[in-house]
Amino acid sequence: MKQFTYVKPTTQTTAVTAIGKPGTKIIAGGTNLVDLMKKGVTAPNRLVDINALPLKEISTTKDGLHIGALALNSVVSENATVIKLQPLLSMALKAGASPQLRNMATVGGNMMQRTRCVYFYDTTMPCNKRAPGTGCGAMEGYNRMHAIFGTSDKCIAVHPSDMCVALAALDATVVVTGKKGTRRIPFTQFHRLPGDNPELDNQLAADEMILSVEIPENNFAKNSYYLKVRDRQSYAFALVSVAAALDIQNGVIQSARLAMGGVAHKPWRLFDAEKALAGKPATEDSFKTAALIAMQGAKGHEYNAFKLKLAPATIVEALKHASGLV
Amino acid sequence: MMKEATISTIPTSADGLSRVDGRAKVTGAAKYSAEYKLDGMTYAVLVGSTITNGTIASIDIKAAEKAPGVLAVITYLNAPKVPGHQVAKNPGKPEVKSGPLKVFYDNKIMLNNHPVAMVIADTFERAQYAASLVKATYNKQVHDTKPPKDINKGVAPSDGKDFTRGTADAWQNAPIKLEQEYTLPNEFHNPMELHAIIAKWNSDDKLTIWDKTQGVKATRGDIAKAFNLKEENVQVNSQFVGGAFGSALQVWPHEIAAIIGAKVVMRPVKLVLSRPDMFTSVGYRPYTWQKIGIGATADGKLVGITHEAAGQTSSYEDFSEGPINVSKALYACPNVTTRYKIVSLDVGTPTWMRGPGEATGAFALESALDELSYKLKVDPIELRLINYAKTDPVSGKPFSSKFLDEAYEIGAKQIGWKDRKAEPAQATQNGWLVGYGMGGGMFGAYRDKATVKAIMKADGILTLQTAVSDIGPGTGTAMTLIAAERMGISPDKIKFEMGESSLPDAPMQGGSATTATVGGAVYDACNDLKQKFQKLMGNGGTDKLDYAKILKDNNLPSLDVTVQSSLGSDGQKYSMQSWSVHFTKVLVHPKTGVVKIDKVVCVADSGTIVSPKTARSQIVGGAIGGIGMALMEEGVIDQRYGRYVNNNLADYHVPVNADIPQIEALFVNKPDPHINQMGAKGMGEIALIGMAAAVANAVYNATGKRVRDLPITPDKLI
Repeated sequence: MKQFTYVKPTTQTTAVTAIGKPGTKIIAGGTNLVDLMKKGVTAPNRLVDINALPLKEISTTKDGLHIGALALNSVVSENATVIKLQPLLSMALKAGASPQLRNMATVGGNMMQRTRCVYFYDTTMPCNKRAPGTGCGAMEGYNRMHAIFGTSDKCIAVHPSDMCVALAALDATVVVTGKKGTRRIPFTQFHRLPGDNPELDNQLAADEMILSVEIPENNFAKNSYYLKVRDRQSYAFALVSVAAALDIQNGVIQSARLAMGGVAHKPWRLFDAEKALAGKPATEDSFKTAALIAMQGAKGHEYNAFKLKLAPATIVEALKHASGLV
Repeated sequence: MMKEATISTIPTSADGLSRVDGRAKVTGAAKYSAEYKLDGMTYAVLVGSTITNGTIASIDIKAAEKAPGVLAVITYLNAPKVPGHQVAKNPGKPEVKSGPLKVFYDNKIMLNNHPVAMVIADTFERAQYAASLVKATYNKQVHDTKPPKDINKGVAPSDGKDFTRGTADAWQNAPIKLEQEYTLPNEFHNPMELHAIIAKWNSDDKLTIWDKTQGVKATRGDIAKAFNLKEENVQVNSQFVGGAFGSALQVWPHEIAAIIGAKVVMRPVKLVLSRPDMFTSVGYRPYTWQKIGIGATADGKLVGITHEAAGQTSSYEDFSEGPINVSKALYACPNVTTRYKIVSLDVGTPTWMRGPGEATGAFALESALDELSYKLKVDPIELRLINYAKTDPVSGKPFSSKFLDEAYEIGAKQIGWKDRKAEPAQATQNGWLVGYGMGGGMFGAYRDKATVKAIMKADGILTLQTAVSDIGPGTGTAMTLIAAERMGISPDKIKFEMGESSLPDAPMQGGSATTATVGGAVYDACNDLKQKFQKLMGNGGTDKLDYAKILKDNNLPSLDVTVQSSLGSDGQKYSMQSWSVHFTKVLVHPKTGVVKIDKVVCVADSGTIVSPKTARSQIVGGAIGGIGMALMEEGVIDQRYGRYVNNNLADYHVPVNADIPQIEALFVNKPDPHINQMGAKGMGEIALIGMAAAVANAVYNATGKRVRDLPITPDKLI
C-alpha cells in the first residue's frame, strides 16, 4: 500500500475544503476502499475520514424519509421507521454483503462502492475502468457476473449494490454538497452508464460529497419485495436482483416501481415495465407481460447469457412476492 | 424391503468430551504459526509472475531495494543455492519432469504467479509496498491451461495402470445401460488459516521453523534434505493448524523461500501467503474429466462398470490420485474396467484434498448409479443392496468390518426416504420443488506406525508425547479419551503434547489414519505404563490404580514408557475400509434455479467412535465441504492469460452459514476387531466422499435435471 496522509474533519465546511485537493479519497466505513487500496486498484495520497461529521440521522421530513450519508447499513435496515415506511429498502440492505460488513458500511459508501468485476481488481489485467485505454478484460473473458443492459464497447461491469436498487425503485433523491454549494440529484441519474468513460461511476464531482438520501412518501409499503438470486445464500453478489413495489387497490395495480441489480453499470430502473403494470390486475399474467417488456434491449455475453432467462423469471417472482401471490 | 432401523443406539453429540484445546482456540490463546513473535523479526512478501509460460527477460529490483525498511530483495539471480535444488531428478532421462518447483532457481516460468522475487523488510507493510516496485519483463511463450475434455491427451501415471476385472467394457453388453461424462473443476483447500512460516537460523547449520504443516517429522526430513542439514539440527513446530485439508502435506516453494530469506538477512523471516497466493502455491484438487459406462440386468444386478478419468497436473511434476478406485471396489460388480490418465498443463501441481480422488470418483459413480436406478425403476438404496459387496471385489479378501447396509437403513429412516418420489419433479413445498438423494463412499482404513511416550508424574498427571499434527479434527481430544479409558483416570489429568519434531515419531495427519495409528500407539503405551505400575505393586493390582500414591510409596518422581505400535498381521488378511452414506433433502426453485439444502443426514461406518463430539464435527465439516463441491466451488482460469480470476473468498464460493441446514451425523459405531484395540477406523475422508453426488441426485429428483458438470449453480437449472 502506498503511503498516504490522513485527516479527519469535524465540520462539513472543513470536510468540503479537505476533499477538494487532488489525489484525495473520502473514507467512511472503508469496506470497499480499503480493499481497493490493498489491491493497488487505487492509491490515494490523502484520505479524508468523514466519520466525525453529524450525518447519521434517520428522520421523517416534509420531503419524506431522510437518511444521513453516514447512517450504517445495519442501522438503516433495522430502523423501525424505515421498516414501516420503506420496507423495500430494509429488505435490500439485508440482502447485501454480510452482517459484519453492514455494520461498517454507510449509506453514502454503499452508493460509492465500485464494481466487483474481477478484471477491475487484478491490476495485471486490462480494464478500461481502472486504467482507461487498456481494454476490457471481461468482454471476451469470464463475464458470468456482468451486464446485459446499457453496456458499451468499453465496459460491461455491473454496479454491485443491493441498497441502490431499492433506492432507484423508490424515486429517492441524493443530496450532495461541494464548494459550489448543495445540489439534489435524482437517484436514477446518480450512477451512470459506462459509455466512453467507464472510469466514471457516477455524477458526483471530485470535490463533492454525499450528505443524505431522501425517499418521498409512497403507498408501496404493503406490497414491496426485494428478491436476490445468487450463488449462495449470503455474502454473494446478485446474479440478478429485483426491487418490486406495488400500489394495489382492489386487486388492480395503481402504480408500480421496478428496478434490477446485477444487470447494468447502474441500478437498472424498469420504467416501461412499470407503465405496463399500471392499471392491470395483480396477476402472474400481468407480471409476465411486464417482464417481457423489461427485457427489451438486453444482450448477453459468453458466460452471462443465462441472465436473459433468469432476469425475467426473477422479475415475475419478485412481483408475485410483492403482490402476495406467493 | 428394508427393515426398520433402530436409531436410539447411535451416540449423540451430547456424549463425550469437549475439545481439550477448545478454550485455547476460542480465546486466542492457541498460537498458530504466523502468531509467534521473535526478536528481530522480518517480513517477506512474494512477487509472482504475470505470465504463465516462458522466461524472465529482466528483473529490476533497484527501486524495491531502496524502499524504506527493505533488507533484501531475492531473485533467481542472487539467491543462495539450495543444495536440494542441485540434484537432478533422474539424471540421463530428459523425458522425466523436473520435479517440485524450485523457487528462485532459474529464469523459467512454469505457471501464472510463479514466484520471481521475494522482498524482505522490517515490517509487513513496507515489504508489501516494496514488492509492488519490483518490475519483471518476460519472454512469453504460448501456454496451455485448458482442462482435458477426454482421456486422449493424457498419459498414464507411473502408479496408475489400466485395470480390468472380468471382461473389459462388459457394460456395453448389458440389457440396461448408460454412458455419461462428468466433470469437476479445480477446487482449493482454502483453510481459514493462510499458509505461514517463520524461519530462523540459529547458526549456520541449525534451523528452527514455525510452520503450517500436517506432519512435523516429514517436513523436518524434507527441509533437512533440501538444505543438506542433519535432521536433528532442524526443529519444526506446528502446535496449532487452522485447517489444511491436504494442502500442508508437503513442503512448498514458499517454505523454502522463507528459509533462503532467513539465511540472507540472518534474522527470523515470517512469510504468510496471501489469499490469491493460496490458489497457486499450495496445491488444489485437480480438474478431472470422467466417463462412466454402467450396465445391469433388468433386476438391477450390475453387469459391468467402465470408469475413465483424466485429471490435470503441472508441466513439471506428476500428480495422480484415485478417482477410479471407488468403481473398482464399492460394488460387487463382476466386470470392471478403469482407465486413468493425467494431462500436463501450464499450471501448478495439484495435491491431495480431503477425500482425494475418491471424492471426485464417487461423484461420477454415485451419480451414474442414480441415473441407472431411474432407468431400472429400482430404488437407489435397493440397487446398492442388490450389488452389496460382502468381500473386497478387488483383493477377494474379507472386510475387517463392514456395516454399510446398516448405515443405509439408519440414514434412510432419518432423512425420511419414504417421502421420496420414485419419479423426478413430482413434489413441491411452498412453490419449491422437493427432492431426495443419496450417495455413498469408501476410503481405505489405514493404520501406520507411531511411537508414543507416556509419562506419569507424582502429581498424577499423565503426559503423552508424539509428533503428530492436529489440523482440526480434534486429535488431542480423541487421544485423551483413549488414554483416560485405558488408565482409568479423568481426562483433565491428561496432557497430550504434539506438533513438534523433537517428539517421538508419528506420521503425517492425512489419509484419515491418525485415530487408528496414533490412537493404537496411545492405547499400547498406556497399557505398558499401567503394567509397569502393576509390577511395582507386586500383586498385579486392581484395574483402578492410584498412580500418584504408587509413585510416592516407591519414592519415584515419575514412570514412563515409549512404545512403538503398528498394524498387526491382520492387515494382510483383511481388506480394511471405512464407509459412509449421505442423504440430502433439497429444495429447488423452479424459476430461479436456486438450490436450498433442506436437510442432511450422514451415516458413517468407521468402527468404534472414540470421541463422539469431535467425530460429529468431522462429519459435519465434510458434509459442508461436499455441499460446496456440489453447489459452489470452482476455480476459474481466464484461458487467455492462464490466470485465476476468482482467487479470493468473495469470488470463490464456499458455503456460508445461511447455506447449511441441520446436519445429522450418525454412526453405526460397531468396532472393527482387526485394525486396533479400540476398533476405530478413520473418518476424515468419508465425511466428504459421496456427498456431492447425494446433492446432485437430490437435485435431479427435485427437477428432472441431471447436472454432470459441477458446481450446480442456478444458471444450470433454469
